[in-house]
Amino acid sequence: MSKVRLLVGTRKGAFVLTSDGKREKWDVSGPHFAGWEIYHVKGSPVDPNRLYASQSSGWFGQVIQRSNDGGKTWEPVGNKFAYDGVPGTHQWYDGTPHPWEFKRVWHLEPSLKNVDEVYAGVEDAALFRSADGGQNWEELSGLRGHGSGPHWQPGAGGMCLHTVILDPSDPQRIFIAISAAGAFRTDDGGKTWRPINKGLRSGTIPDQDAEVGHCVHHIAMHPSRPGTLFMQKHWDVMRSDNAGDSWQEVSGNLPTDFGFAIDVHAHEPETIFVVPIKSDSEHYPPDGQLRVYRSKSGGNEWEALTKGLPQKDCYVNVLRDAMSVDALDSCGVYFGTTGGQVYGSTDAGDSWTPIVRDLPAVLSVEVQTLA
Amino acid sequence: MIRVELPAHLRTLAGVKGEVTLEVAGQVTLKSVLDALEAKYPTLRGTIREHGTLKRRAFLRFFACEEDLSHQWPDALLPETVANGKEPLLIVGAVAGG
Repeated sequence: MSKVRLLVGTRKGAFVLTSDGKREKWDVSGPHFAGWEIYHVKGSPVDPNRLYASQSSGWFGQVIQRSNDGGKTWEPVGNKFAYDGVPGTHQWYDGTPHPWEFKRVWHLEPSLKNVDEVYAGVEDAALFRSADGGQNWEELSGLRGHGSGPHWQPGAGGMCLHTVILDPSDPQRIFIAISAAGAFRTDDGGKTWRPINKGLRSGTIPDQDAEVGHCVHHIAMHPSRPGTLFMQKHWDVMRSDNAGDSWQEVSGNLPTDFGFAIDVHAHEPETIFVVPIKSDSEHYPPDGQLRVYRSKSGGNEWEALTKGLPQKDCYVNVLRDAMSVDALDSCGVYFGTTGGQVYGSTDAGDSWTPIVRDLPAVLSVEVQTLA
Repeated sequence: MIRVELPAHLRTLAGVKGEVTLEVAGQVTLKSVLDALEAKYPTLRGTIREHGTLKRRAFLRFFACEEDLSHQWPDALLPETVANGKEPLLIVGAVAGG
């Protein structure tokens, strides 16, 4: 019988939610690392019992935790994230140079091939890799060393590298995204990088065709079509069918052009999910109605999914890493809110049920589908 | 024997309860005590002092014998009562809730 395990990172700890394949009854384990911010927890595709968690605190800095038993027990591993060489400066909010300073790990992406290999996207933006299960971390400095680095600026949440996507068809290809520099791709395993932001349009930035400076919120890919990417940006939902070489807007009839989360159906590469949010500073659903929007045509035509979700007086946010899908035959979709709810759907979004209602603000949700 | 009192979160991280006791060879300074602490509990590396620079993390402070030692030179001697174990070195979170 299949099982599903949700790995939930919150402002005040991590939670592990498990259910059988029916996904009706859930066991809740946690809080793990109580009181710490858990930006992200993710399992290895090679060994689902190997989990990595980013644990951080304004007081005590960064800790990386590792589990070898699916989250029952944890051990702290390496937390030294040293930029390669002299880090130099990026732009501050007012355009003045600001030194690169490590703050936290936003996203952990375990390798598709090696249980001990894992990538970390960090703030201030850089990509690190560990080849020994998180004990030691080395920067892939070709990214930050790309000539545009001194021109990168932070988004409102900081200058974070928040998205790391490994191409299942090409181990040398990695996609990453940074707020608010944009998206980048390497085709040589991280040695060199190129910005992939052609076609993005970003509000009031002076040069809409700028190589960098676009506020990408999140990117999703279906593993069967690694050349097709879907992006939720500060402005618009976009898609690319050439691995990011160019992008087209597919916002269509969405009620807002803003949001954070985006994901792809496990079995239908043209079915995508977003949660429209009101920009710029409000950051809650329009009209107090929490609605997931689904497109079965890869964008442009969207339908609101509301069954089981609050349709009045709802003013929560759904953050960029807080949506995920399982791989069961009837695709499960899950998302967490800043109000502490985790909602699940066992029918690809047609209907929703709260799995838990009162966690701390949810920062991330990842799903593991277990045999 | 040197006594060190850690904030609750760091006690959890280090897997200890109550005070930590350390043996420090040579002069008893903030640096030598923190070096000994991190050697005994490697998971605390980077959580009290920054990696590399060994600067005190901004939201932590050091106290002993009712004195604020946060801004003391790392190689300055700690009070004799800390060095002989009569008083603990307190590592304290600088910002409470509220």
